[in-house]
Amino acid sequence: MAAHQVHHLFHAPIADHSFSSDKKTLAVARENNVELYQQSGNKFALSDELKGHEKTVTSVDIAPNSGRIVTCSQDRNAYVWEQTPTGWKPTLVLLRINRAATFVRWSPSEQKFAVGSGARVIAVCYFEEENDWWISKHLKKPIRSTITTLAWHPNSVLLAAGSTDSHARVFSSFIKGIDTRPEPSAWGERLPFNTICGEYLNDTAGWIQGVAFSPSGSALAFTGHDSSVTVVYPSAPEQPPRAMLNIATRLLPLNSLIWNGETEIIAAGHDCEPFRFCGDENGWQLAGSLENKAGEVRGAREESALNMFRQMDLKGQAQADTKLKSTHQNTVHTIRAHEEANGVVSSFSTSGVDGRVVIWNV
Amino acid sequence: MSQSLRPYLQAVRSSLTAALTISNFASQTSERHNCPEVEANSSPEILLNPLHISRNENEKVKIEPSYNSVRISIRIKQADEIEHILVHKFTRFLTQRAESFFILRRKPVEGYDISFLITNFHTEKMLTHKLIDFVIEFMEEVDKEISEMKLFLNARARFVAESFLTPFD
Repeated sequence: MAAHQVHHLFHAPIADHSFSSDKKTLAVARENNVELYQQSGNKFALSDELKGHEKTVTSVDIAPNSGRIVTCSQDRNAYVWEQTPTGWKPTLVLLRINRAATFVRWSPSEQKFAVGSGARVIAVCYFEEENDWWISKHLKKPIRSTITTLAWHPNSVLLAAGSTDSHARVFSSFIKGIDTRPEPSAWGERLPFNTICGEYLNDTAGWIQGVAFSPSGSALAFTGHDSSVTVVYPSAPEQPPRAMLNIATRLLPLNSLIWNGETEIIAAGHDCEPFRFCGDENGWQLAGSLENKAGEVRGAREESALNMFRQMDLKGQAQADTKLKSTHQNTVHTIRAHEEANGVVSSFSTSGVDGRVVIWNV
Repeated sequence: MSQSLRPYLQAVRSSLTAALTISNFASQTSERHNCPEVEANSSPEILLNPLHISRNENEKVKIEPSYNSVRISIRIKQADEIEHILVHKFTRFLTQRAESFFILRRKPVEGYDISFLITNFHTEKMLTHKLIDFVIEFMEEVDKEISEMKLFLNARARFVAESFLTPFD
């Protein structure tokens, strides 16, 4: 495995990060602002700050084609930032929610985006030409608690959402005049707005932390707070799923996951390192960590009496165990595909509480 | 370390490691608020089942996890009246200085002697495994401290009684 790139940006949690399509610009959510970093050489340097939110920014996403940035925050607002010759210009989105906005993602078509919130609704937002602003329609029906995560189906109509009420759900977010009618699939044939195409309970009723559609869109995976990953293969509209496989692990809970092809999932979370899961409809299993820790430890560790006394003298303890063996030194929040072709990921990026963004080669 | 203390602390350590998987969470009951859910107690689905670990009837730990915070309450061993007074004085000394301890709660939970409240902001600033080490070390040390204080108190009482009763000898 080739070495991974570590970018230690600052000493503060990164709630979310996003790369532009050319991978030169990196947007990270840091406290109340979003910081934009430009690549120079093999480092990222701070180039701009998007200020406007009054509370912690929870999520940021760069649209790959249009380059527009959408951010949302615990102050209940979302902004769409557009680059103008004089700098980034924010446009307020009419979310109509009265609790924190927790998660935002552009649809693959970039015509709309979805904002999850603590108000038990998902706001599906689109641009209205005549009034010149971003307005939203609410998906609210069976949601009983805060939305923690969202993922778009490749057809830009179906939307998967994970929530603290232990359910992962698949909704239709079809908006007339914006979307073209999607082709019928195993998820559903006719898909008016707010159709529930699937509702899956986590095995031990743990909070859902991450959801993702497979590249073809014909399978859904989600992680729960019970440290498990569940993969669902739908059979036909309004039928129980063909297969629903739960992979229980002995790890700490996983926060976020991506698919690599149809037979591999990469997930990361409180264990501070990414893990690989392999399988198909007949069964899934944990294939191990993507981090090669054994090699690094051998070089760094020095077990001599001199070293011990030196440590005792300098720090008052025999062993310095403040550094974890993993690359990330704290919880990983977000994992995103960095470079992919036809659904196969060749590199992915992770960001976490320790203020690092790491780009891994698969 | 005694034979029964080791598995007790080991159980506390692994339970804490699992419980301290917390992340930022804005209140879903009050607007623009972000408070420890275990204290706010406003939405039941955000709280997890509390966990009791007891070594015996006098020594136990209660761990109450939630989405963005964990409350750890410790009952320190109190065999007799003197130990009871010592523990009271000792915890009072600590809780009055709660600001400088960051994770210490000003008031212990009912039935316990001392409580810690760890929120996601603490685990973001500090190392989670070191926080766990701190709690375990505290549990190890506090027993030793109380026993030492008791011995010291007895020795002093004997000395005071002796010098007080000398004139009547």
